[in-house]
Amino acid sequence: MFNLLGRRDKLKAGLKRSRESWFARIAQIVQRPRLDEALWEEMEELLISADVGVATTARLIEKVRKEAAAQGLRDASSVVELLKEEMVSLLSVVDAGVRPGLSPTPGGPFVILTIGVNGAGKTTSIAKLAHYYQEQGSRVVLAASDTFRAGAIEQLQVWGQRLGVEVIAHGPGGDPAAIAYDALEAARARGAEVVIVDTAGRLHTKLNLMEEMKKIARVLSRLDPQAPHQVLLVLDATTGQNGLAQARSFSQAVGCTGVFLAKLDGTAKGGIVVAIVQELGLPVLFIGTGEKAEDMAPFEPQEFVDDLFSPVS
Amino acid sequence: MFEALSEKLTAVFSRLTARGRLTESEVDEGLREVRLALLEADVNFKVARDFVQRVRERAVGSQVMESISPGQQIVKIVHEEMTAILGGESPKLANAARPPTVLMLVGLQGSGKTTTAAKLALHLRRGGQRVLLVAGDLRRPAAVEQIETLGRQLDVPVYSEGIDSSAVQVCRQGVQKARDIGAAWVILDTGGRLHIDEDMMGELEEVKKATSPSELLLVVDAMTGQDAVVSAQSFHERIGLTGLIMTKLDGDARGGAALSITQVTGLPIKFIGTGERAEALETFHPDRLASRILGMGDILTLVERAQESMDQQRAKELERKIRKATFDLEDFLEQLHQVRRMGPMSQVLGMIPGFSSIARRLSPEELEGEHLKKLEAIVYSMTPKERRNPDILNGSRRRRIARGSGTTPQDVNQLLSQFRQMQKLMKQFSSGKPPRGLMGMFR
Repeated sequence: MFNLLGRRDKLKAGLKRSRESWFARIAQIVQRPRLDEALWEEMEELLISADVGVATTARLIEKVRKEAAAQGLRDASSVVELLKEEMVSLLSVVDAGVRPGLSPTPGGPFVILTIGVNGAGKTTSIAKLAHYYQEQGSRVVLAASDTFRAGAIEQLQVWGQRLGVEVIAHGPGGDPAAIAYDALEAARARGAEVVIVDTAGRLHTKLNLMEEMKKIARVLSRLDPQAPHQVLLVLDATTGQNGLAQARSFSQAVGCTGVFLAKLDGTAKGGIVVAIVQELGLPVLFIGTGEKAEDMAPFEPQEFVDDLFSPVS
Repeated sequence: MFEALSEKLTAVFSRLTARGRLTESEVDEGLREVRLALLEADVNFKVARDFVQRVRERAVGSQVMESISPGQQIVKIVHEEMTAILGGESPKLANAARPPTVLMLVGLQGSGKTTTAAKLALHLRRGGQRVLLVAGDLRRPAAVEQIETLGRQLDVPVYSEGIDSSAVQVCRQGVQKARDIGAAWVILDTGGRLHIDEDMMGELEEVKKATSPSELLLVVDAMTGQDAVVSAQSFHERIGLTGLIMTKLDGDARGGAALSITQVTGLPIKFIGTGERAEALETFHPDRLASRILGMGDILTLVERAQESMDQQRAKELERKIRKATFDLEDFLEQLHQVRRMGPMSQVLGMIPGFSSIARRLSPEELEGEHLKKLEAIVYSMTPKERRNPDILNGSRRRRIARGSGTTPQDVNQLLSQFRQMQKLMKQFSSGKPPRGLMGMFR
């Protein structure tokens, strides 16, 4: 994915040192003459250090172990390949049903509700989504429904100006659901194809705030029974095992349809999404990488897995 | 998977008869569970490995104390070691020889720097001192507006310049301004980046040089995974930190990153952020975080939270009753009220040892308390005498209560059996045994 965004060169310099040690380590794994316990442990560590989590790692390794035995694999490098294939297929499994959601529906405004914990990167990710749909020729309207955090409305408005996208906002402390409703109405009136609703960051353990989320979804569905068409969970790629709890709680409350994996250009690998797909079957739809509006791409399982095994560390 | 770490360890050791000493293989078996618990809590895998190794050395051959099982013995050692790494008593903020004392906050994007800056300002001002906030994040759109708004809300002055200025310029001028207005503290908010890069480090180094901060605090999101230690180390190596602030500990993240960072950098944790409100900045207690990382619940925080929502005397009473297990249906009712006032049930349950798994399995509706309302109605329909002495509730009294509360005698019976379970549970708390089979209680 770094190729995709042409960032690899920029990153190269800073990563040289860790890259070398990483290559040494991968080489070490791959050159093992036989499949001993230490190899499996190294692979486990690799996954755990990428935040894949203990349970999911154990399940993956177990499966690959069996498969390797069944195929009679003897060298380490083909086992690593097998593990990668296994992960790609796990991450791809839910693609079919949800992919159409990537593009706006022809019928009316396609409504995307974004949710996530505080600081996950919702507002920036929304700017990226807006830019993405604009590039595809859609007219986009943004709803500034984060009326809680100081400066949140202004932040979205700054993005709106930069991108030339209309932002529907009330004052601070306004009713988030009412703003979302207004935005959908405005989008209809102006013939826009996509509405993206920003919401206040909330920890998934706060029930009253989860109720507020439900209300936003409910109010939107009054204008369009299908809305929100997409409920995107914005997840910080540095998130550890708590990401699974987030995905579970948000899904329970408002029925997430996918994950936007934000901030994926750090040293973190975002491996928690593997656990999320495994446990909840929630697809990863987009990745966000840099700070600019164009630093975003649809999620590609193969690239993600290659990256997870690559020496960006 | 490890909320019941001590239960698991107890199971591991259940086969062992009390032989008085722990052998290597026995310890290893138990420590595997500990290692998994640490990894699930986002403790860095290298740190977890070293940590377990250290615990192993202490645990092997150690005398099993008479009062506790081998499993609890290991948990105790783990807990002690962890508390030691996390730090001693809460460290105070350093004071500059000549005011103003400069506090500089650094961290990755979204870790909560700006919110924390405002919380610190309020905290210091409540200590009776004048504080100035400086809007040194010129990078994120509207970051300046955010801190200005927070300053207005808290009535704390904010120094800012236009976004065409530079971070170094704003911070230098900010410190000068603090001097001019006679502020004792000046808090510098700085711009985050998505990850460690040259650009950010260069900027932070310059700000540091220009303002000579007494404290350089790294703001870390408690939900951060394995990467936490990598970025903390880079910050520390490059600009020399003096401490940490962990944010978003009001969620259900275990916060294992704290252990990784303190272990690797040796930096103290100075504060923790526990909510969105400006007051939600707390002093750090190493032992509590250790319990949390191990999934052992946090009964002390629970009691403190209870204190916030009721008066001191009642809190003491509740604590005494929990410990002595002498509470009746009046207390049960009172507790229902308190629990609902203390915050979301899921959070409250998470703080009780062994309950976090239950909280996770309940649906939002169950946690929300439709059920609690029904329980309340039943208890309301009892006479004070019945509440104090549930044993007198015979069939006809139960039927009357059911009619009065719009429920059925079965509901009343269920409540009574739940109440008995709860009493039993309280006894287990006070005797330190892990509670079991409590799922039914909140259904």
